[in-house]
Parts: sequence; C-alpha cells; structure tokens
Amino acid sequence: MQDTASRLSLRNALAMAAFTIAFTALMAGTYLLTHETIAKSAEAEKLTLIDAILPRSLYDNALLKDEITLPPTPEIGLDDGGHAWRARRGDEPAAVVIEAAAPDGYSGRIDLIVAVAHDGALLGVRVTQHRETPGLGDYIDPKKDKNKSRPWISQFDNRPAGLPADTWRVRRDGGAIDSMSGATISARAVTNAVGRVLAYVAVHRDTLFARGTQ
Amino acid sequence: MSTSLRDITYSGVWKNNTGLVQLLGMCPLLAVSTSAVNGVSLGLATIAVMALSNAVVAALRNLIPYEIRIPVFILIIAALVTVIDLALNAWLHSLYLVLGIFVPLIVTNCIVLARVEAFAAKNGVLASAVDGAAMGAGLVLVLAVLGSVRELIGTGALLNGIELIVPGAHAIRLFPENYPNLLLAVLPPGAFIVLGCLIAAKNWFDARTAARTQASAPTTAGASA
Repeated sequence: MQDTASRLSLRNALAMAAFTIAFTALMAGTYLLTHETIAKSAEAEKLTLIDAILPRSLYDNALLKDEITLPPTPEIGLDDGGHAWRARRGDEPAAVVIEAAAPDGYSGRIDLIVAVAHDGALLGVRVTQHRETPGLGDYIDPKKDKNKSRPWISQFDNRPAGLPADTWRVRRDGGAIDSMSGATISARAVTNAVGRVLAYVAVHRDTLFARGTQ
Repeated sequence: MSTSLRDITYSGVWKNNTGLVQLLGMCPLLAVSTSAVNGVSLGLATIAVMALSNAVVAALRNLIPYEIRIPVFILIIAALVTVIDLALNAWLHSLYLVLGIFVPLIVTNCIVLARVEAFAAKNGVLASAVDGAAMGAGLVLVLAVLGSVRELIGTGALLNGIELIVPGAHAIRLFPENYPNLLLAVLPPGAFIVLGCLIAAKNWFDARTAARTQASAPTTAGASA
C-alpha cells in the first residue's frame, strides 16, 4: 500500500520543481533577450557622465576600451579597487578618468569620477552614487542641485595644475571651494576626496598614463 | 460582474487602501516618499507588478498545490519582477532611469504577496488583475499625497525632480526662497508623522460620511414607507 504522506510530498516536490524550472526559464529567456541592449545602454550612460567632464574634442580613442583596473587603493577611497579610463589623442596620452570615493559623506560613501589632464590639470568631477540627505547635502549631484546654470560641482571644472594642496578644501576649512551653509559635510567630503585624487594622480602619473592597454 | 469589478476597485483605492488601512508594505512606502515624483514612480511600478502577478497567479491557481502555494507565489512574483526589471532596462531605458531603482524594491513589498494570497488565489484572471491595479492605484494616491506634503514642508517646493521625467519641466516653488527648510519632514521620522496625519484624516472623513448616511437613512426609510 502506498504511504499517502510520502506520495503527497513527492507530488508537491515535483510541482515545485516544475514551477521553478518554468519560471527560471522565463527569467533566463528574458535575460538572453535583453542583456546585449542593457550592456550597451550602461556603457552609453557611463559615457554621458564622462562627456560632462571630459570633452570629446580632447581625445580620439575608444575611451571605455582603454580601461585599467586599479588594485585596492584606500588613499582615494577605493577599498575594493576600481577602474580608470585613459583618453588619448593620436596615441599621445591626453587625460585619465579615474574612479574614487569619499568615505566620509554625511550618510556614508560618496562615489565619484574625476577627470585629470595629462599635465595634471583638473578637468572635472561628477558624483556617481551617494546617499546624502535629499534637499540638503544632495546638491553635490548636479541633477539635484537647485542652481542649474552653475551647479556646485562645476567649481571643479578646468582647474589648472600646480594649485597649492589647500585649494582642495571648503572655504570654511581655509580652502577655495564654496559650500552651502548648513550643509558643509557633503561638500567637504567631495572636496577633500578630489584633493586626494589629484595627489594620487600626481604620484602615479607614469603608471596611469603608461602606453599600451592593460 | 461590472458591479463587482467596481467594488474591487473601490476597495483597493479607498476602503482597503494599502497605505492607509492595511498598512502593508510600509518599508518602501516610507523610504521612497521623500518627494511626489519618487512616490508616484514607485507606485506606478507597483501597479504594473501587482496587476501582472495577480493575473498570472489567478491563471495558474488551479495548478498550484495548496500546501506549497506560498513558495510558488514568491517564485512567481520574484520572476515577474526580474522580467519587468530587465525588460524596462532594455526597451524603455528612459523610464528605467526613473523607475529602475524602485522595481527591485517591490519584491520586498509584502502587499504584493498579500493580494496574491488573499485575492488572486481564489478569483478569476480579470478580477485579480483589476484588484492588483486598484491596490496599486491606492498606493499611488497615498504616495503622491505623502510625497507632496513631505517635500513641500521639507523644501518649500513641489515636484522636485520632475525634470528627470519631463525634460525642461521645473519644480514649483510655493514658499519664498528664504523659507527655512524643515528637514524633519524629508527625514524618516517625517514619513511616520505625515502618514499618521493622513490616516487620521481618512478615518475622520469616513466617520463623517458614515454619520451622514446614518442620519439620512431613517428619513429616506420614512419617506418610502
């Protein structure tokens, strides 16, 4: 005689397996249909962000293809490593776009990309991810900045090389970068991180701009 | 049939509103309602997921063994959310940039599972889809009001971030430029305070409506007699 409990378990296990296979197949199918388009738009998105700080006229190589992987670099906030992309013009190094992070935002880590020209000039900075307080500290992201014509982050645009290190502090700390009163912490975190990135790029210029990929 | 669909809609949008009556799925609701644009975006994504998951579960309800229905429901919801997330990302990318971060959040919203278990498992495909959409619409309503109140008190302007959805549109400043932003409203405690006020307002409104119908009921009964 068949044990009904074990038959029931077997039936349920088979049903569960059938549902799992069917819906996993559905997800796998959707993934296969979409992953190419998604990868393309992720790349386009990254390029849009980079375009804002590194004009296309400065380089002629396939920027995202010339990627170097940075080992864990705590001095610029990359505890788990990061990436940098190298811009070249007619085979001559033009600039580097480097990932960095400020660990000391008001609500934790602020991810940045920083574009530095070959001569050490700062081309621009963008915030790629943050959790700063909405309406208070989030003006570090130009999409959230209320000043659309001259967002806060544009203070970092096109700063020449060789500025003294204490330029890269908010005015309240004796530097040259303005911040909004009452919301200094986010601005200070980004500003100090930019200073650290410039110092890092100055030291590691030769490795960052080295010829050849990888 | 049409009256029952109307009842389902009324129940979802008002009588059993997820945000104000059932109080289910509070985590995403309170976290995302810092502005009207964010709140409505999450709500719209929830409508899509709830209507679809309710419809699929209703269609399969006779195939799902009763004993393992909960894991199967979760499997269905998670798979549908993944599919919607991928499809939005690939084919409606500009919409994905706005809704993208909210879609995976919906899996954590227990209202989806609650409606699947309480409604879709026992009803037809059309009624279940309407129930899901109506519950989602009720959520949109609450999130729109909650988000508007919070951003107005917190920043003095309405529709912050609208330019991400409608390029060229601007936030509407209602309070003067020197308005001291009351940040409490935008921070998490503000979500609970404003939601509490909304629940109180709905209960007051319902109590008043009930009192009026009661007051007018005897007169109509008397007139017909």
